[in-house]
Amino acid sequence: MARTADIGAAPAAAPAAAPRSMSPTWRRFREAFRRHPTAILGAAILIAMIAIAIFAPWLGTVDPQAVSPAKRLRPPSGAFWLGTDMLGRDVYSRVVFGARVSLTVGLAVAALSTLLGLTIGLVTGYMRRVDAVVMRVMDGLMSIPSVLLAIALMALTKASIGNVIVAITLAEMPRVVRLVRSLVLSLREQTYVEAAIAAGTTLPRILVRHILPNIVAPLLVQGTYVCGSAMITEAILSFIGAGTPPNIPSWGNIMAEGRSLIQIASYLIVFPGICLSVTVLAVNLLGDGMRDALDPRLARRM
Amino acid sequence: MIAYIVRRLFSTVVVMAVVAFVVFSLLYLTPGDPAAIIAGDIATDQDIQRIHMRLGLDDPFLVRFGRWVGSLAHGDLGTSIFTNLPVAQLIGQRVEPTLSLTLCTLVVSILVAVPLGVVAAAKAGTWLDRAVMSFSVFGFSMPVFVFAYILILTFAVQLDWLPVQGYTNFRDGVWEWLRHLILPSIALGTVYVALITRMTRASMLDVLAQDYIRTAEAKGLAPQQVLIGHALKNAAIPVMTIIGVGIALLISGAIVTETVFALPGIGRLTVDAILRRDYPIIQGVILIFSAVYVLVNLLVDLSYVLFDPRIRY
Repeated sequence: MARTADIGAAPAAAPAAAPRSMSPTWRRFREAFRRHPTAILGAAILIAMIAIAIFAPWLGTVDPQAVSPAKRLRPPSGAFWLGTDMLGRDVYSRVVFGARVSLTVGLAVAALSTLLGLTIGLVTGYMRRVDAVVMRVMDGLMSIPSVLLAIALMALTKASIGNVIVAITLAEMPRVVRLVRSLVLSLREQTYVEAAIAAGTTLPRILVRHILPNIVAPLLVQGTYVCGSAMITEAILSFIGAGTPPNIPSWGNIMAEGRSLIQIASYLIVFPGICLSVTVLAVNLLGDGMRDALDPRLARRM
Repeated sequence: MIAYIVRRLFSTVVVMAVVAFVVFSLLYLTPGDPAAIIAGDIATDQDIQRIHMRLGLDDPFLVRFGRWVGSLAHGDLGTSIFTNLPVAQLIGQRVEPTLSLTLCTLVVSILVAVPLGVVAAAKAGTWLDRAVMSFSVFGFSMPVFVFAYILILTFAVQLDWLPVQGYTNFRDGVWEWLRHLILPSIALGTVYVALITRMTRASMLDVLAQDYIRTAEAKGLAPQQVLIGHALKNAAIPVMTIIGVGIALLISGAIVTETVFALPGIGRLTVDAILRRDYPIIQGVILIFSAVYVLVNLLVDLSYVLFDPRIRY
């Protein structure tokens, strides 16, 4: 919250001194955040969640894997804030540590799939030959529902967070490639790009100096949606036993373990479920705010 | 028109070929020697060698791919490692619950989402519009299984109105069948409703800004007539598109929903196959679901003619 205010305050203090320090895109982001308090709420929740994940060991948690059979299935109380599970493990500690998995997977998949998608999209957008082949492959990959593709990839390898990230990235990336490619295809027809070509600018320079800056903002928006969707996919994979290994607590596998106990210990499912939903909601609110900032015309519609 | 259908069919074939190639590559990359699995524990190296020869496991990748596609064309999806039954038969046994669940969800979602979107667009900017839009953001953010458990805890455990889990065949009574599908369909449909509502509203807002809508209003048509007869019909194409694309959400969601509600469908089969590492089943399911997705979207593309007579492919 404080950081958002700082970013907002700096250019206002010295608008004439640094007129080029802030691109129109960023200015629009700032304005949109002012108009959309929900986007700020989303950012605040997300920052809080990241803080919880980082500082998990110091938030009154105990070892989330510590088994104590004598204290099985205790309902929430002063000693066990969110109760204990069927092995007597502290659910509060497990849920707090579970934030690490969701956020790591969400942010890593968002970063990896935007980077990969950007690279492949730039290349295919500019090379006709490559384009035909790559886009057919992407069409094929997009016809496989992403959760199914991730399930298939996870079935090939052993359960680990790294493999979960790779599997979800491969399932999410084709959509990013499509977005980047369509942007490149329309940008390359722009007059200023033609001018750059006429002036003898080399292709890599055109891509980096003239095309890339116009892709960054929509890519950022897409990245937040990928992040939210990746967190849901991770939870689904863990929930059906094809994701995060059982020795690492994640919101998905805490819920999976509580599945058969829904009638006697619903807190095993309710608390991780709420955390997951709130975090994904925060990411989506942030994404909606940024999208509205980018396309004010769309803002009214969506 | 015919030329367009042929072109569209051709691109569908290309996409399905890519899907088949990806699925086969997954099969090819699976760890472990299928011959050793088939031969069993007491097999000698020679036995395994013989099975290798018989199944042609030592042939080049593309030869094996060609043979696999050939057997697919004969409806052979391979054999389950765990049960030793044909995958096509196993999937066939599980079709009913999955089809019931997805079709129920599809119909109910469209019936709920399209009117919601129309009303939100007609009352754009009011509290009603904002409520519908907030609901759609929540729908996107709430994972299927979280919402499913909230529904179970409320309507099955607390209120005891509906069954917690399970499935009844359609033949064994329509009412019981429907009772078991209500909660799963609501859980599965929420994301889908959110998606369709958003698109309907956006598309309607675009159309409502057109001149011919003003003309229709000016000549004294009732507001409902303008909304349904003029606006909705012209706003239908993007809505149809998103309904087709959203099938992917239904398929992915069905796997989770069947797990939560213990419905003995294809999703449940898939999850069991993952736990047993029964790869042929996983691959068969991916192939079938992807084919359904591709075909539905082909039909959606072709259906545009119904909504816009100007489209002459």
